[in-house]
Amino acid sequence: MTLPSAPPATGTAPPGSPAPAPAPRAPRRLWRTLSPYTYIAPFFTLFAAFGVFPLIYTAVVSLYRVELQTPGEMEWRGLGNYTALFTDSYFWTALRNTFTIGVLSTVPQLAMALGLAHLLHYKLRGRTFFRTAMLMPYATSVAAATLVFAQLFGRDFGLVNYVLSAVGIGPVDWQTGTLASQVAVSSIVIWRWTGYNALIYLAGMQSIPGELYEAAEMDGASRWRQFVHVTLPGLRPTIVFTAVVSTIGATQLFGEPLLFEGSLSGGISHQYQTLGLYLYEQGWGFFHLGRAAAIAWVMFLLILLLVGVNALIARRRSRTETIR
Amino acid sequence: MTSYAGRTRHGGKLTYAILTVAVLVSAFPFYWTLVAASRSNADLARVPPSLLPGPHLLRNIEAVTLEADIGKALLNSLIVSTSITVGTVLCCTLAGFAFAKLRFRGRGALLAVTVATMMIPPQLGVIPLFMLIAKLQWVNQLQSVILPGLVSAFGVFFMRQFLVQALPDELIEAARVDGASTARIFWAVVVPIARPGMAVLGLLTFMTAWNDFFWPIVALSSQEPTVQVALRQLGGGYVHDQSVIMAGTLLGTLPVLLVFGLLGRQIVGGIMQGAVKG
Repeated sequence: MTLPSAPPATGTAPPGSPAPAPAPRAPRRLWRTLSPYTYIAPFFTLFAAFGVFPLIYTAVVSLYRVELQTPGEMEWRGLGNYTALFTDSYFWTALRNTFTIGVLSTVPQLAMALGLAHLLHYKLRGRTFFRTAMLMPYATSVAAATLVFAQLFGRDFGLVNYVLSAVGIGPVDWQTGTLASQVAVSSIVIWRWTGYNALIYLAGMQSIPGELYEAAEMDGASRWRQFVHVTLPGLRPTIVFTAVVSTIGATQLFGEPLLFEGSLSGGISHQYQTLGLYLYEQGWGFFHLGRAAAIAWVMFLLILLLVGVNALIARRRSRTETIR
Repeated sequence: MTSYAGRTRHGGKLTYAILTVAVLVSAFPFYWTLVAASRSNADLARVPPSLLPGPHLLRNIEAVTLEADIGKALLNSLIVSTSITVGTVLCCTLAGFAFAKLRFRGRGALLAVTVATMMIPPQLGVIPLFMLIAKLQWVNQLQSVILPGLVSAFGVFFMRQFLVQALPDELIEAARVDGASTARIFWAVVVPIARPGMAVLGLLTFMTAWNDFFWPIVALSSQEPTVQVALRQLGGGYVHDQSVIMAGTLLGTLPVLLVFGLLGRQIVGGIMQGAVKG
């Protein structure tokens, strides 16, 4: 895969260059060494102030009592925010929900994306149309998508229940049922991200050398065997990448559960409150910024753990395959 | 993006059938937004539901502008997303150029730090960030969303990868021999070549900025909303008229859909390029 070729550079040599420049004098040489830093300075200034500092300072804030109304006043609490967290049953509910919604949304999403990418990889009439149409949900905001899905999943008059009742199922209470509400919330994630992941997989498939398929074909491998023995191994790095990104995304899930019914508690009995929503509820619902920071830090550690597990699985699988 | 490495097989009927279903599933919620936004609330509660657009679109739009200041929200979103896009593309092209073509001490380490943080969700830093903008008295002001939005580690990496491949070293050397300063080289040589990459980064940045949700609802309120803040207000449980909520959703989604309709091809290309590099 290569980038679109750059346009031919016109007027490469800036005009009006005088006779060969004399050897650079000391200040000029100094400028030569320093000037690269002026190019990265704008980014790194912003990066330090709004990226790195908040991330690290979250750990500090999590050790203090900080109220939303008086964010300038910090009172030392030690590990108090963490013990309060671990004794709150809603924290554990949110942790469990984050995990189950994460699985419910990530697994079908990536599986379907893989299947769609396989189909998109054929020579197709109107392939740009198919690709673009499938990416459309990705262009929608979480808020807009969730509001539409909340309407579709309405208990009494929602279209989903209407269709289900036509085939003799339901009505399903998509709001109060634990599994039902989590399936509904997950379906928003699946809808928004399946096409995006399909395109990522498609890009990965296109970089698998064609000779591998030709060789497999000569060996008489069926299409399915080609998929399993050529496509899947070739896609491994891409699959790991999407798994990591989706896992991180699932850990952060916030807008979908917030706007599904508009409540900070994620349903009447917290049945679909995620960690992200729990953080927001503690900080901006109950004004406990310190406790919210503790949740953020727990989420950060959780992400590191999940990414580590992901990497381990990927490494072990590649090892077993080389042995085979 | 047209290297079809050895795959010359045409898709069969089943392939087209499945892909068409996928397209319909992708498109249906958009269509439904239009249907629901143009119906009365009573229509939406009817069984069987009406599946075609109705006559109440304008009335619902009028109602939603009373519930939430959608006009101001659209304008604010345009200001915020445009500022973030211009600023990000500029910062990332400058830094990407330095990382791709200039030699300086600490280059490898700084790039590694940038790439490492690409995966860390900015959401985790919201509490100190909120304390910071509260201290600066920026709460409810657009710069509180614009400035943090300019930080894009992905953008730096993206522009670096683009320039490593697209910008030949000889071109820079030739300009240097002619006595051009680095600044001059940047504007006269680098930017023209970087333009396709800058365009793709700009598109992706604009969409991300327009759709950003968590930080804007923390930093802004209904007095100074972006579109997403206004949608959160509509979905907050106080507006019970579903068709009005859907009218707001329609208005908030149309601008991105418009961009997507015009430039969808480039966005698809950008995501696929990014994937190969990532």
